[in-house]
Amino acid sequence: MMRLPPFTYVAPRTVRDAVAALREHGADAMLVAGGTDLYPNMKRRQFEPKVLVGLGGVAEMRGVRGSARDGFTIGAGTTLSALARHPDIVRHYPGLATAAGLVSSPQLRNMGTIGGNLCVDTRCNYYNQSFAWRKAIGFCMKKDGEICLVAPGSPRCWAVSSSDVAPVAWSLGAKVRLVGPAGERVIPAEALYRDDGIQYLAKQPNEILTALLLPPADGRRSAYMKLRRRGSFDFPVLGVAVSVRMDGETVREARIVLGAVASQPREATKASAALVGRQLTPEAIDAAAEAAAGPSKPLDNTDFTHPYRKKMTRVFVARALRRIAGLPVSGRVEEELA
Amino acid sequence: MTKDRFTIVGRPLPKIDAWGKVTGDTKYADDLVLPRMAYGKLLRSAHAHARITAIDTTRARALAGVYGVITGADLPRVKFGILPVSQDEEALCVDKVRMVGDAIAAVAAVDEETAERACELIDVTYEPLPSLMSMEDALAHPEVRIHEYGDGPNVHKNVSLQFGDVDAALAASHLVREDVFYFEGNTHLPMEQHAAVAQWAADGRLTLWSSTQTPHYVHRLLTKILDVPGAHVRVIATPVGGGFGGKLDPFAHEIAACQLSKLTGRPVKIALTREEVFYVHRGRHPVLMWIKTGFTNDGDITGCHLKTWLDGGAYGSYGVASTFYTGVINPVTYKIPVYKFEGARVFTNKPPCGPKRGHGTPQPRFALECQLDKAAEQLGLDPADMRRRIVADPFTKTANHLTVTTIGLGECIDKVVEASQWRAKRPAFAKGVVVGDRGLGERRRKGIGIACSAYMTGAGTAIYWNNMPHSGVVLRADRSGGVAILCGATDIGQGSDSILAYLPAEVLGIEPKDVHVHPADTSLTPVDLGSYSSRVTLMCGMAAIQAATRLRRAIAEAVAKKLEISVDRLAFRDRKVGDPDDWEKAVPFAQAVELGEAMHGVLAFPGAYAPPKRAGKYKGGGVGPSPCYSYSACVVELTVDEETAEIHLDDVWIAHDIGRALNPLLVEGQVEGSIYMGIGEALMEAQVFRHDLHKAPSLLDYKSPTTLETPPIHTILVETDDPEGPFGAKEAGQGPLLPVIPAIANAIYNAVGVRVDEIPITPDKVLKGLDLKRQGKSARIGPERIPLFKFKEPLVVESAFGQPLDAIAVRPFADAQS
Repeated sequence: MMRLPPFTYVAPRTVRDAVAALREHGADAMLVAGGTDLYPNMKRRQFEPKVLVGLGGVAEMRGVRGSARDGFTIGAGTTLSALARHPDIVRHYPGLATAAGLVSSPQLRNMGTIGGNLCVDTRCNYYNQSFAWRKAIGFCMKKDGEICLVAPGSPRCWAVSSSDVAPVAWSLGAKVRLVGPAGERVIPAEALYRDDGIQYLAKQPNEILTALLLPPADGRRSAYMKLRRRGSFDFPVLGVAVSVRMDGETVREARIVLGAVASQPREATKASAALVGRQLTPEAIDAAAEAAAGPSKPLDNTDFTHPYRKKMTRVFVARALRRIAGLPVSGRVEEELA
Repeated sequence: MTKDRFTIVGRPLPKIDAWGKVTGDTKYADDLVLPRMAYGKLLRSAHAHARITAIDTTRARALAGVYGVITGADLPRVKFGILPVSQDEEALCVDKVRMVGDAIAAVAAVDEETAERACELIDVTYEPLPSLMSMEDALAHPEVRIHEYGDGPNVHKNVSLQFGDVDAALAASHLVREDVFYFEGNTHLPMEQHAAVAQWAADGRLTLWSSTQTPHYVHRLLTKILDVPGAHVRVIATPVGGGFGGKLDPFAHEIAACQLSKLTGRPVKIALTREEVFYVHRGRHPVLMWIKTGFTNDGDITGCHLKTWLDGGAYGSYGVASTFYTGVINPVTYKIPVYKFEGARVFTNKPPCGPKRGHGTPQPRFALECQLDKAAEQLGLDPADMRRRIVADPFTKTANHLTVTTIGLGECIDKVVEASQWRAKRPAFAKGVVVGDRGLGERRRKGIGIACSAYMTGAGTAIYWNNMPHSGVVLRADRSGGVAILCGATDIGQGSDSILAYLPAEVLGIEPKDVHVHPADTSLTPVDLGSYSSRVTLMCGMAAIQAATRLRRAIAEAVAKKLEISVDRLAFRDRKVGDPDDWEKAVPFAQAVELGEAMHGVLAFPGAYAPPKRAGKYKGGGVGPSPCYSYSACVVELTVDEETAEIHLDDVWIAHDIGRALNPLLVEGQVEGSIYMGIGEALMEAQVFRHDLHKAPSLLDYKSPTTLETPPIHTILVETDDPEGPFGAKEAGQGPLLPVIPAIANAIYNAVGVRVDEIPITPDKVLKGLDLKRQGKSARIGPERIPLFKFKEPLVVESAFGQPLDAIAVRPFADAQS
């Protein structure tokens, strides 16, 4: 079987100790929580940390606290399965519960955490390959190489943001808490991401994402739809997160955020703006969906053809909005159940 | 025996190895750990096509923890291959690599990590050659030769057979259709990755434990490849965690483990990674097909002409057989009076293709069954009725001289048509049934499709020519009342070990648990050729029945003497032997064995089986004959989302002519597994390449369906009691895969009017078809061209269509009374 490279495992019990451990080992260290993404990547030598700082024993990073009125604080170490079935989250932030429940497979959701999924490495089918495979093709700039194999003339890496929860967090206007040697800071979820396949996080390497902070529910409606080949296992090759607040029948605020079509989640601002002040009629939804497809610019580096992923953006945005509007939605069984 | 007299046969018993599998007790090859064992790893080529100019292992050998490093120079310079006509492989390439993944060197070390690091320290100097990654490239560049042998530059095999005057038949038809289809390659994806442990002992004898479907062929080939006396080599097939044809060749890791063991004096284990399994491959050939068929207005076939081009990959493997199989099995299903088949297998710089479940036949089956659907539409016929009308006649010969015995296909069609409510649904769906339409733009449409198939129950000829049994057993009765059966058959999950317990238990009136099955050990067990071509239940089953009958006769003689009654009076049941009319005096089976042993000495009896000699008397007639053929009919109901073109399977009905279900539970398991695998091939699986490399060599990225994609499968078993099978049984492991693929394609057409003549049928292809349809264009997605390729002048043979089977069939090794 594929073997892990050798590493030292450090198991802090507090965030403070974890920060200290990160500082002590510097660039040699990486954080690990559920390990569902990191360990396979290490087996393929995408990462070769000498030290892993395990967050599994940090109790203060687990759990969901708060209320619909004041908002919720979700510890980054909360597992995806716990989040997906948490009654308050299911009720007040259904898009988030749905996204958490659609990550990978049941076993991996039992191990994987919300923090891990928010920070999950960008993906590309020239990059998520074994060392021998990458060596045979000549490596790419994301690891060990110089060029981008998807867009050979490109000065940047086009690996794909593949988090299910990131676009939802962005669409909800959620924030994340980062704790580092200089203390703690809270930034909007959208500020966590950068449009670069390599430096895809604005988080400093010595910072730990300790919590996701949800705003007050406040009549917010949300939904998430995921395109992938199969009903389980697969990363998204298109994710659509929508979040809407209503004044009666009229849209007061709307955010549509696309996942897995760029190196970071991408907000469809024109489409969102087009909904504000209107009722969620089928016509308004179709117009918004049409506009939302604009920012979707997938490349040929995931499953499915990229023209297909582009075309599906409109369909999925329309369906997510229909769900929010309480209109009937067609789609796969898994999404209907989620 | 009539069916109601069976006690074991027909009962839904658990497999005998079920407890071990469920509790984790089963020891697979990778579970074996021997004292002082070293761990091996192969260095594989990073180039698709290159000359090797130098290999330097100095740095690897210097690494602490490395016990030994070998290259091709350390092995005898012999080329090998599973088929005598395709000896084109080396365990470790010496002069040239032909694909990314070709093995070049091997390391044995204290652990896998060290072995892997050592592989990275081996310096190979390559001189790259142009890579030929498609059939088009390979045919367009005869100046670049992947191999020096074959039927032309980069052409491994070129065959052409004609049975009767096809041109004349087509000219006299009311309708002639010409269609082109493509079937993408895909791989077996067994859960267990290949693994082997070799121990070249101090006494100079070699034992290899391996996850193989064919210990006998591995045994034969090891003696050649390693230049050791076969008498000093023992091959043990460990329980196989899925084979599907992927473990039917001798492999580099097996050979390297043996040689490394010899070099280091330690047992050596090599277990492949999932990525390596994709390179080892031997899976489904990508096949381009052109099929021209003539029909009468009533739907009868007048004649058929099929051309196939197989993308073989870098080596021969079973490819010559695969090439024939794309042509020879279709005529077994329907009345095809005259037939012409031309096939070519082309070498490319990709992992070699070979036998995958259905070996060479799912591709032409897809072509024929989709074409029949198109013809039925043009002729205004119901596709089920049309197929029902043209089902071949039992106990006749086909145009290409295959002898067919029982045929339950008509009944299979009737059963699935009825169970699926085909007659009501098909016309309704064709009009456009929108699912859950609440007037809000929902566009999900229902569709239903049918297809049929046939498959052989065991190849009629062995891989190497010989007159010996294809399967043999030795059965020994113990004084405890237990019975041991030794047989070379390999249980790859299909249940052959269980069959070897059920059949003697049936004959001897004991329970399967009383039978101790010792399979697949070349130094203990009589040869069985291997788990391929759906041959094992029939062939080892016939051998087991023969041996059990001989044992029964010996025991009966002794019991009859003791009870002072005639042998004919005796019954064997409930672990007793006695006169049914005087059952109180019946002798317990253990005591009966003691009586038998006292009379005859050791009670050990052989059983042997070889298929009836019925091969057509023309060159190439050896591929296709089988003792009997199974038949399947399948109906698929599905829903297509017109906006996303996602395909949701709602239900699959399959009726399978099993001859007789020795254990209906096992048969249903085989049928369901086949359907599941067929669904994957139909909808998503694809072994495809980019920049000379496999695009997705991992379980995550190579898309294969999960249980969520698997619909309810309604299995209907049809029993025809075939005279050639053990208690009438035919195969179940491969045939049921075949019809589900075209049935899905036909159902999609029924749903949305789009013809995707190309496997896999993915949402983007269907969406493209829907766009074409909206534009008023022909809504067909599929290949547009066929290669400019010159097939051989055909070997012209008279059609044997409709002739009765030969009055006298030669059945080697059969007892006179059985």
